[in-house]
Amino acid sequence: MSTAGGTDPELGLAQTSGALPDGRQRPGMFGVTGTGDTSGFSGLQREPWVELPAGRPYGGYFDEVMDAFAEAYPEAEGAIEKVVLHRGELTVHLRREHLARACQAFRDDPALRFELLSSVHGVDYLAREGADGARLHAVYQLTSMTFRRRIRLEVAVTTADPHVPSVTAVYPTADWQEREAWDLFGIIFDGHPALTRIMMPDDWDGHPQRKDYPLGGVPVDYKGATIPPPDERRAYR
Amino acid sequence: MTTSDFYSPSRETTEGRIYNVSGGDWDTVLGNDPLHEERLIVNMGPQHPSTHGVLRLVLELEGETVTDARVVIGYLHTGIEKNAEFRTWTQGSTFVTRADYLSPLFNETSYAMAVEKLLGITVPDRANLIRVMMMEINRISSHWVWLATGGMELGALTAMTNGFRARERCLDILEMITGLRMNHAYVRPGGLAQDLPDGALPKIRDWIKAMDTEIAGVDKLLRGQPIWINRLKGVGWIGVEGCLALGVTGPLLRSAGLPWDLRKTEPYLGYETYDFDVPTDDGGDCWSRFVVRVAEMRESLRIIAQVVERIEQTPGRVMVDDPKIAWPAQLSIGSDGMGNSPAHVNKIMNGSMEALIHHFKLVTEGFRVPAGQVYVPIEGPRGELGAHVVSDGGTRPYRVHLRDPSFVNLQAVAAMSIGGLIADVIASVASIDPVMGGCDR
Repeated sequence: MSTAGGTDPELGLAQTSGALPDGRQRPGMFGVTGTGDTSGFSGLQREPWVELPAGRPYGGYFDEVMDAFAEAYPEAEGAIEKVVLHRGELTVHLRREHLARACQAFRDDPALRFELLSSVHGVDYLAREGADGARLHAVYQLTSMTFRRRIRLEVAVTTADPHVPSVTAVYPTADWQEREAWDLFGIIFDGHPALTRIMMPDDWDGHPQRKDYPLGGVPVDYKGATIPPPDERRAYR
Repeated sequence: MTTSDFYSPSRETTEGRIYNVSGGDWDTVLGNDPLHEERLIVNMGPQHPSTHGVLRLVLELEGETVTDARVVIGYLHTGIEKNAEFRTWTQGSTFVTRADYLSPLFNETSYAMAVEKLLGITVPDRANLIRVMMMEINRISSHWVWLATGGMELGALTAMTNGFRARERCLDILEMITGLRMNHAYVRPGGLAQDLPDGALPKIRDWIKAMDTEIAGVDKLLRGQPIWINRLKGVGWIGVEGCLALGVTGPLLRSAGLPWDLRKTEPYLGYETYDFDVPTDDGGDCWSRFVVRVAEMRESLRIIAQVVERIEQTPGRVMVDDPKIAWPAQLSIGSDGMGNSPAHVNKIMNGSMEALIHHFKLVTEGFRVPAGQVYVPIEGPRGELGAHVVSDGGTRPYRVHLRDPSFVNLQAVAAMSIGGLIADVIASVASIDPVMGGCDR
């Protein structure tokens, strides 16, 4: 993690002072750590990247869904970490131990009826890692065909303990999608019938879509300089 | 270490361990299980003309009956999602278009709509109308490939030749408009790469007539064809419950009887204003899928006929009127093919310093998208195609995930083929219409 301020000895460049807000630090070359704006082009104001919890009323059908969930799942209060409303989409952050049972409620309760699990996949929020180090998120897009509603569930785990209960018993469609999230992000879905790699070869090391997965391929020499891997090349951030 | 691989016994030599790759004797492979004397495990693919690209099936057979089926994918994993994280938002179109290479315009549109939702911008009407038209042309061309490859796999070679001929006519239209047959990168966040060329709409009207004839021809050829009927009817059944459990959407779900089409149920891009039907059937078998897809092609033609009228009456821009998002690429055909219009080059080089700066910054740096995440599903030719896009507020996507219908629908292969004949596995897989580029991404 490059830090702001001071001089980068490698490049011999004085860097703009001022620490970057949380979630904005990036490793690699050309750490333009100020606004990076020398042109006045964008008038950059970099805000910290945090998801603010939403309060009621959420608007639309979201209040109805959350009320029905609280009724269908008695432990809902303790299960929900936070609820985020962004761009008209509701994300419910759940504590992982509740996930499979909460999904059961979302699917079976007559007032919820999220029959279809549209998608399961991982996101690695390395840059926005929480205080508890939980950076691997498993994201579940639920669709209710009866009511034509959509919500998103999210579970965050650490790389040291990346266990999430599998929802394959509730939604069999999660089978391959959980395998993909395991393969590419290293999230372990407990209770999955056969959690094996699906995209990468069986003997592959590591989980390629993690943000700290070493990139680079073949180092190319040119007049003594080497080409850095893509995530460390100079780039606008 | 001793080897337990039946197929490659090994021995130690002074040069190291030597493996002797040879065929195994079935008795040593399977043991003498008296109950399963007929058990045979057949590996089909990944390089096999009947597995639709690099799909691998491992089938356990008793006689000709399939007792177990496993699907192995990943042979076409190209890391599109990871790659997109190192390119600007506009360049993202170029990556996602290559995922499901038979429905490039759908990938681009769902991605572009997701980025626009994060940006909170509204795209000009004309751009949305052209997007609808392009997607429906793309849907027809994709269904033609399904018919052509599916027909070929079942031995209906005329379906293949006619199907690919008709698909080529669709691609001619797409090429006329975008410059490319496939992988167009035509739909970009904020609008489109360029407006329709002169004389496009009359050509599309002629094309609609030609497509009508093509569809009628194939319909007449196959609908009453006894071999085609026998190969498809009652084969590869999956019901609505099975579809929902396995996440199967698109023509497969509609052929099982549920009229679930996102264009109707969660309309986007103004689909609610078009007059079209959602064809369904209640067979849940390969035949129903044939019926539904052919009917869908006709419905798409209806939509195109309507949208062509509207495009004619809707002049205007095809990109948002925001110089901080819209690429300044005023594409025009020059003597060297395609390039920036001379007027634009003259303006940025001689006239306006501001224009030069904007051009330079947009092309090199790109634009920033406010942090957050969205999921935008649209109805692709194979089912729900969703783009989950996460932004950290920077110039590049933090994460792009495509929920590709081929990937999810392929999970139904085992349910469709176990208990059936091995020949019917081919028909079932063909009826799913998987595209491995989208499945493996």
